[in-house]
Amino acid sequence: MSLKWRFGVSLILSLPMVLEMVLHPLIHWMLPGGNWTMLGLTTIIMIISARPFAQSAWAAFKKHHANMDTLVAVGTTTAYVYSIYAMLTHQAVFFESAALVTTFVLLGQVLEERMRSRASTALEKLMDLQAQTATVQRADQWVELPLNEVQVGDLIQVKPGAKIAVDGKVLTGESTVDEAMVTGESMPALKKPGDQVIGATINTTGTLTFQAQKVGDQTMLAQIVELVRKAQNSHAPIQKLTDQVSNFFVPIVLIIAIITYLIWYLGLNASNAQALIFAVSVVVIACPCALGLATPTALMVGTGLGAKLGILIKNGEVLEAANDLQTVVFDKTGTITQGQPTVTDIVGDTVQVLQIAASLEKLSEHPLAQAILQAAQQQHLSLAAVTNFQTHTGQGVTADLAGSATFVGNHRLAANYSISDQLQQQAQVLEAAAKTVIFVGQEQQVIGLIAIQDQPKSEAAAAISALKKQGLQTVMLTGDNQVVAQAIAHQVGIDQVIAGVLPTTKAQQVQHLQQQGKVAFVGDGINDAPALSAADVGIAMGSGTDIAIEAGGIVLTKNDLWGVPQALALSRKTFQRIKLNLFWAFIYNILGIPIAAGVFAGFGWTLSPELAGLAMAFSSLSVVTSSVLLGRTKLEKLT
Amino acid sequence: MTKIIVFCLGLVLIGLIIWWFLLPHATTTATAQVQDQQQVVDVQVAGGYDPETVVLRQGIPAVLNFRRSDPSSCLDHVVFPDFGINQALPQNQVVPIKIDTQTAGEYSWACGMDMFHGKLIIQAAQEE
Repeated sequence: MSLKWRFGVSLILSLPMVLEMVLHPLIHWMLPGGNWTMLGLTTIIMIISARPFAQSAWAAFKKHHANMDTLVAVGTTTAYVYSIYAMLTHQAVFFESAALVTTFVLLGQVLEERMRSRASTALEKLMDLQAQTATVQRADQWVELPLNEVQVGDLIQVKPGAKIAVDGKVLTGESTVDEAMVTGESMPALKKPGDQVIGATINTTGTLTFQAQKVGDQTMLAQIVELVRKAQNSHAPIQKLTDQVSNFFVPIVLIIAIITYLIWYLGLNASNAQALIFAVSVVVIACPCALGLATPTALMVGTGLGAKLGILIKNGEVLEAANDLQTVVFDKTGTITQGQPTVTDIVGDTVQVLQIAASLEKLSEHPLAQAILQAAQQQHLSLAAVTNFQTHTGQGVTADLAGSATFVGNHRLAANYSISDQLQQQAQVLEAAAKTVIFVGQEQQVIGLIAIQDQPKSEAAAAISALKKQGLQTVMLTGDNQVVAQAIAHQVGIDQVIAGVLPTTKAQQVQHLQQQGKVAFVGDGINDAPALSAADVGIAMGSGTDIAIEAGGIVLTKNDLWGVPQALALSRKTFQRIKLNLFWAFIYNILGIPIAAGVFAGFGWTLSPELAGLAMAFSSLSVVTSSVLLGRTKLEKLT
Repeated sequence: MTKIIVFCLGLVLIGLIIWWFLLPHATTTATAQVQDQQQVVDVQVAGGYDPETVVLRQGIPAVLNFRRSDPSSCLDHVVFPDFGINQALPQNQVVPIKIDTQTAGEYSWACGMDMFHGKLIIQAAQEE
C-alpha cells in the first residue's frame, strides 16, 4: 500500500478522535461508543498504516540495526498496547496518541518524498535537453534517425529551430546557435564552416550541415550529465559525523526512553501512564532522518543549481574545500586575457599605417600578423599586392608596395630607418604599458606605430573585484616578463604577480602558495592540468580541454571569468546550507529529547506524544525544504 | 516490590539494547561467482542489506541485483557515491545495478538517508 494511502486511512480515522480531543473540554462531547470506538479506529490504523513501520523495524532488528521505523514502531505500539491494558483495567487510555503519531509521521513522509523528488530534478532536466532524432545522410538521402543510430562521421542536417543532435564540426551553412542550455552562455554563437557545434543546443537562423564527431556517452551533454550525477551523490567530508552518529543514535534514544520511564515512575512517583507517556514522547520525537538528509539534499540542490549556470562542481569534497579558500591563482594567457593578441593602438595615419602593415603581414606567418590582419578586416581595408617581399628573421618584413619601399618590424628593424622624436617617445609610452610595438615605415621614414597586446577579457576587472569582495587574495601566474605581467595585473586589479614561471613549474608555485592557506587555481590549458590537480580547488575554464576538465574540481562550461566568483559563492552558499541543516537537525534532537522526557516539566514545558510526532515529521521536512530553497538562490546575488 | 522488579526489568532492557545493537556482530559477506565473464550477486534489502559486504573481482563486469522487500522509505534508494549511482528501488522488484570493476579498492554504499550501509570490495586479480 502506498504511502499516500496509508496516510489517507490514518488521517480519516484519526479525525473523530481529534474532534473529541477538541470538543470534550468545551462541550463535553464524547465519541459514541467511547473507548471501544477508539480501540476500533486505532486498531485499523495500526494494521493498515502503522504495520509497515513494524515490519521494517523487525527486519532491521534481525540485522542488529535500528532506525526511524524502530522508533515509530516502538512508540506507537507502546501507546496502543498500554491503552488496551488500561481499558481492561479501567484506567485512562491514550489510543489517540498511537493514531496521531502515525498520521503525523506519514504526513511528514508524504511531503518529504515530494520534496526529495523535487531536489533531484536538475539531472532529469539536463537529460531532457537531448534531441530525440537527427536528420542524417544515408546513401545520398536525408533520413530521420533516432539518436542512438547516429555514428561518428555521419553528415547531419539541422534546420532553423531544430536541435543539434550530437557534437560535431560544421561543414556548410551559417547560422546562430543558442548554446545557453549547455554552456550557460546567454549570447547566441555564430557558426560557420569549421566551427564546433554542441549536441542539444538549438539552431536558430540558418540551416547547417555538420559532421558528427562525438556521439552517445562521449558528447559534451552526456559528460556533463555524468559529472553532475556523480557530484550529486558524492559524500561531503562533513557527513562523516552523521555517519558515525547514525550507527548508535536510535539505540541511545531507546535507552534514554527507558531511563526516562524509570526516573518518572520510580524516582518521581509519577503514575505508570504518565511515565509511559514521557517515554513514548522521547521515542517519537527523536529524528535520525533529519540528520541523514541534511547533507545529501543540499548537495544535490547546490550542484544541480550550478549545472544550470554552467558551473559543474564535481563533488562534496570540492565544495567543502572552496569554503575556506584564501587565495585564487589565475593562469594569465587565455584565462585572464583573451588568449590572442589584438591591436590596441595605432599611431599616425590610421588607414595608411594599417594598410601598409596588413598588406605586408598578409604574407607573414608571425603570430602578431594575425592581430594586424584582423584589425584591417574590422576597418574594411582592401589589401594591396606587394612585390619583392623579404623576411628579416627576428626583425620584421620589407616589400615594395605601389612603387615605394615599405617595412613593418620591431625596434631592431626600425633602427635602420629614421624616426621622429615624437614617434620614438610614443613608442616608449606604449612599451611601458606592456604592449608590443610594431614600427611601420615608407621610404626611409617610420610613419606610424601599431601597438599589440593580449588584452584582458572584458569582464576580468569586475570579476576579480568580486572575488576580492569575497575576501580572497588574487594571484596571477605567467611566463611573461615582470613588466608585461604587472601592466596586465594592474589593469584588472590582481593583487600579486608571479612572472617568469615555466609552464612545468605552475604546480610548484601553487604548492608554494598553499603554505599560507587553501588555494584555488583557475586555468584552461593542457599544461594547467598539474596545477589544477595540485590546488585545493582546481577550476577548469571554458573551452577547456578534456584533460583540464578531468583535473579540475570545478568545471566552468562558459569561458567567462564571472564563473569563478559565482562558483565559489555557490560552493560557500551550499556548504553553509549543509551546516545550517546539520545544526538544525542536531539542535532539534538535542533540545527536543529533553523536552519530551519532561526535563522542563517543572516550568510546564511538556510534549504529548502527538505533538512530538508532529515535531518529528516537520524536522525532517524542514531540512529538505531548506535544501530545496537553496535552489531558489538568484544568480546575481551570488557575486 | 513492584518498583524493584520494574527497575530490574529496565536495567535488563538497557543491557539487551546495548548488547544487541551497539556491540559488534558478525555481518554477512558474499563473494561473487564468476560465470561467462560476468559476476552476479543478489542483495536482499530488508532492514539493511543482506549480504552487507560484497566481494567482486577486478576487471570482470559485475551486476548487483537489489531486491527491496522492506516497505521503509529509508531504504527506497541505494546510493554508490563513488560510482555516481543513485537508484530507486521499487518494493518487491529486482533492480540490477552495474558496477564498474576497473579499479580495485573498498567502496561503500548506503540508503538514500545514509542510515544503512553496505560495503563493496573489488579485489585485484593477482590476489587470487
